[in-house]
Amino acid sequence: MSAPHPLRPAAFDPQAVREDFPILARRVGDRPLAYLDNAATSQKPRVVIDAVADYYRLHNANVHRAAHLLSDEATAAFEEARAQVARFLRSPSVEQVIWTRGTTEAINLVAASWGGAHLRPGDRILATEMEHHSNIVPWQLICARTGAELVPVPVTERGEVDLAAYERLLDERVKLVAVTQVSNALGTVNPVPEMARLAKGVGALVLVDGAQGAAHFPVDVAALGCDFYAFSGHKVYGPTGIGVLWGKRELLEAMPPYQGGGEMIETVSFAGSTWNRLPYKFEAGTPHIAGAVGLAAALRYLEGLDREAVVAHEADLLAYTRERAAELPALRPVGEPRQAAGIFSFLLGDAHPADVGTVLDQLGVAVRAGHHCAQPLMARFGIPGTVRASFALYNTREEVDRLFAALAKACDLLL
Amino acid sequence: MNRPAQPNAPGVEEILETFDFFDDWEDKYRYLIELGRALPPLDPALRDEAHRVHGCQSQVWLHARREGDRLWFEADSDALIVKGLLALVLAAFNGRTPDEILAFDIEAYFRRLDLIRHLSPTRGNGLRALVERIRELARQAAAEGAPSLSPAPAEE
Repeated sequence: MSAPHPLRPAAFDPQAVREDFPILARRVGDRPLAYLDNAATSQKPRVVIDAVADYYRLHNANVHRAAHLLSDEATAAFEEARAQVARFLRSPSVEQVIWTRGTTEAINLVAASWGGAHLRPGDRILATEMEHHSNIVPWQLICARTGAELVPVPVTERGEVDLAAYERLLDERVKLVAVTQVSNALGTVNPVPEMARLAKGVGALVLVDGAQGAAHFPVDVAALGCDFYAFSGHKVYGPTGIGVLWGKRELLEAMPPYQGGGEMIETVSFAGSTWNRLPYKFEAGTPHIAGAVGLAAALRYLEGLDREAVVAHEADLLAYTRERAAELPALRPVGEPRQAAGIFSFLLGDAHPADVGTVLDQLGVAVRAGHHCAQPLMARFGIPGTVRASFALYNTREEVDRLFAALAKACDLLL
Repeated sequence: MNRPAQPNAPGVEEILETFDFFDDWEDKYRYLIELGRALPPLDPALRDEAHRVHGCQSQVWLHARREGDRLWFEADSDALIVKGLLALVLAAFNGRTPDEILAFDIEAYFRRLDLIRHLSPTRGNGLRALVERIRELARQAAAEGAPSLSPAPAEE
């Protein structure tokens, strides 16, 4: 029997939580906003907005530099934010958390630094067909420079990674597997621990794109079995322009710097320079301090909620959406992954996704329509794009009902 | 001498009158979608990269030809509402001289259609890019003064 947690969070109530997000009170024309585009970016709770504003209002100074009070405060807040991220990821140490502009920059960092140093002609990088362009193009760029080869891992009709095909592709040529934790286009939750275990069998590293996953599940980098984990602040209720690369210490230690400049050096002379220790080696230039502080506030906010209840709530929204979708004959889900999180992708008859999105917007329902920066996946399904409704913890069943009322109108107008 | 791209297509005045008559978005959209459905599809051979208008979420193609001193445009999209918007734009420009095209106040036209909030050309529907492309073709035609616009119409 374990004693009750002393800081046991209050039961999760999505209606109460909505009060924490000022923008949700907005109207679109004469209708309330139903924001179902959370996979693109999430809205921000007041504590995040306040943390960013307070940073500029009260503490702004450059970090790790001047010997004055404000710089001390800014540095403390900045480094405490890093520690907050380390706890969020269950990282064994704080130095393994590197600030980036977002997931995209984090993946580019690994591709350029690790890939540039280690990839040779004949080497292979595997990336699943469901990857976001951000987890494809950086690998294409480094493969073009090094002579390595980027090989797609097929996706099944359900929208899941074809694990048998993945196993067949795994051999000693494979140096890294790039996989998203959750598909941004279909919502598929990938079996990352299993994929990582298989990759280890051939000595390949594993990079996990956590841009979608971090918003939906508690993250444990050790349990995932990954070598690198990347996520973006703005998709986990934090500010834009800040993100994180987490990496295994020995890999990060061995990797050359990504960008040169201030902060990342230990000494500089024209004869040569030496690099700062982790994590600063990878953080050239003045960082996005306010962003880091805001991201930490977002993660504290998330951890203050009953995460299990949040996961259950989001699962309920998705289950309810699928239930409602089954009642609409014109609606065709794209991908039907058995494990999914927060995202429902579909087509409406032969209507163009952009047309559906336009009609929904008229009714105050914000969704995304298009290829979702996953053109290889769209090509896999032979479609130009989908309509995507994506959920956050503050969404409600009532908003799902509004989505389907709007879809009925879209059917009426477009089909 | 003129061979309209779409003989029974409504003109600007008819479109404006019809839009004025509707006061809710839904009726306007129904009409817009009707215009989109009525817009003849572009010859598939012309739906190529040379005719693509970029800056659109959906795909848009524009084909222009000159007859005497007039320009004629055909346009197509894979999205229906965008096709309706194309019809609105083509109504303003088809069968006009380059000078008339360049003098036409398209912003005022959009404002009168009261589509600015809903369908503003900044919303990635490619209207802005389409209008710019048409004006560029008109400028070229005005400068050249010669009856050739590339690519040349295949059927003539």
